Amino acid sequence: MRRQKKLRRAAVRAAVSVPMYVLLVVSAAVILFPLYMTGVDSLQPISKLLTYPPDFWPEHPHWSNYRSAMTDIPMPRYMLNSLIMATVVTVGQILTSTLAAYAFSFMRFPFRNALFFIFLSTMMVPWEASIIPNFQIIQRLDWIDTYQGLTVPFLATAFGTFLLRQHFMTLPRELKDAADIDGYGDLRFLLRVVIPLSRAALATLAVFSFLQAWNQYLWPLLVTNDPNMRTVQIGIASLQDQEVQRTNVVLAGTVIALLPMLFLVIAFQRFLVRGLTAGAVKG
Amino acid sequence: MSIASAPRPRERRRGRAKVVREAVAASPFVLPSLGLFSLFVFYPLVRSIWLGFHATDPFGRREVWVGIAQYRDVLTSSDFRYSLFVTGQFALYTVIGSTAIGLYLALLVHRRLPGILLFRTVYTSTVASSVAVSSVMWLLLLNPGVGVLNYLIGKGGLPTANWLTDPKWALVAIAMTTVWMNVGLATIVILAGLQNIPEQLYESARVDGARPWDQLLHVTLPALSPTLLFVSVVGVIFAFESFGQIDILTKGGPLNSTTVIVYSIYREAFLHYNVGLASAQAVVLFVIVLLLTGVQFLAAQRWVFYR
Repeated sequence: MRRQKKLRRAAVRAAVSVPMYVLLVVSAAVILFPLYMTGVDSLQPISKLLTYPPDFWPEHPHWSNYRSAMTDIPMPRYMLNSLIMATVVTVGQILTSTLAAYAFSFMRFPFRNALFFIFLSTMMVPWEASIIPNFQIIQRLDWIDTYQGLTVPFLATAFGTFLLRQHFMTLPRELKDAADIDGYGDLRFLLRVVIPLSRAALATLAVFSFLQAWNQYLWPLLVTNDPNMRTVQIGIASLQDQEVQRTNVVLAGTVIALLPMLFLVIAFQRFLVRGLTAGAVKG
Repeated sequence: MSIASAPRPRERRRGRAKVVREAVAASPFVLPSLGLFSLFVFYPLVRSIWLGFHATDPFGRREVWVGIAQYRDVLTSSDFRYSLFVTGQFALYTVIGSTAIGLYLALLVHRRLPGILLFRTVYTSTVASSVAVSSVMWLLLLNPGVGVLNYLIGKGGLPTANWLTDPKWALVAIAMTTVWMNVGLATIVILAGLQNIPEQLYESARVDGARPWDQLLHVTLPALSPTLLFVSVVGVIFAFESFGQIDILTKGGPLNSTTVIVYSIYREAFLHYNVGLASAQAVVLFVIVLLLTGVQFLAAQRWVFYR
């Protein structure tokens, strides 16, 4: 009797869920449609891209477009530049904000609160509003077309400092007391105790920093002229403008540029969500 | 240690020495970030304001002090006012679009159904797509001749459009691209907001006999309003900082119909070499974003803005 009831309830719930699943699938199809079409067109011969009506399925997939993207257009170089830039920015941001967040949560020093407020205030300055003097600085340092020019202005982050401080504040104070008694200096306490307990927060910041650096557009556009120094974003944007006869190859390049980030976002979804909702502090 | 019983002057001296020692100890931790912020945030901000007081010749070399004349020109020029209007319009389209769609998607994946994690991943996946990647993808869909969008619209019997070359549609087309790009982010934040709503609220609503629709209107939406406000303000700020999609899709045209503020700054500074005027525009942008952030802080103290 009871089992029957249970089964019936499960069946009812499934039946109720059917329209829900229809909505879910249709919405997913709409969201994925631009990605899907890019994938289809990246496998077409160029003639198919220029004819009406458009195809929704590649009849004879041209996988060679992907090989061309790696050989005929400088995708490997673009990817390497982006990888170097994003890695340097990520490592730098983690270093600077770990140190600052540590000072703001475990050390006592004059003007601590005022300094923390100054740090936070940098989040109110839109990067785009200070881009002209920043460009002039990089120009004067002769850093145009260099990795320094691409990365150094982004090596510190108030968001990262804030995020890590939020986490450091949750660590029990007794840890610090015990470390003091054991004669640990600040650096040793940070390296041996705080960092091992903060892997998730650090991973969150790393995912964020990398994604943001990899996806930058305006700054690399300004500080790189040499095609060899272009990042993947600037590379595909300029190629789709110049290589109209090879749009399919450029689209294969676009897919190649997107895939690592798609992987990052899916694999580290948990950390991404945590970072995006880090501001959600219940007051 | 009997510090408490020590004579006062010595204690004070020791206190001062301690403060100095603390400052020295903290410096290596704080100075790297502080130095970078000073050089790449604070100094450029002050210099932008300074440059706004100077007119530059067409080669961007000589700077002549002109006082507030340039700021006045910016605020009264019809071009800049138009770009403010365009940016406002763009903000309106994108905020309404991504908040509404984000809310819809978050509500869809809120319930725990089998396989829901897959759908959550799909709906939030667009955060991976950069502005350049998204723009190149949409350029293809928006192509008036062979693009899929016009094909589908035509099949539906609706009039097709020259999306990126018709002043009436270009901003709408860019807004569509932007909404697609931002909707993953909106969905993530709204979903987190939904999951923070205490279950008791729904229970008491159910006891009162509220149907699902009533629950949505009278429980979910009011409880979610701080989140929705947060998403909207962040969306407005994003709109005021947009550049890449305009540079790739329209370059500000046709007839300036997509010249948003940042594109205008970029064009003045880096294509026309009018650094002074561009700086004055940048300062106006800074003030606008500052005010928006202030609204954010005041209106929703539950949520803290960050980038």
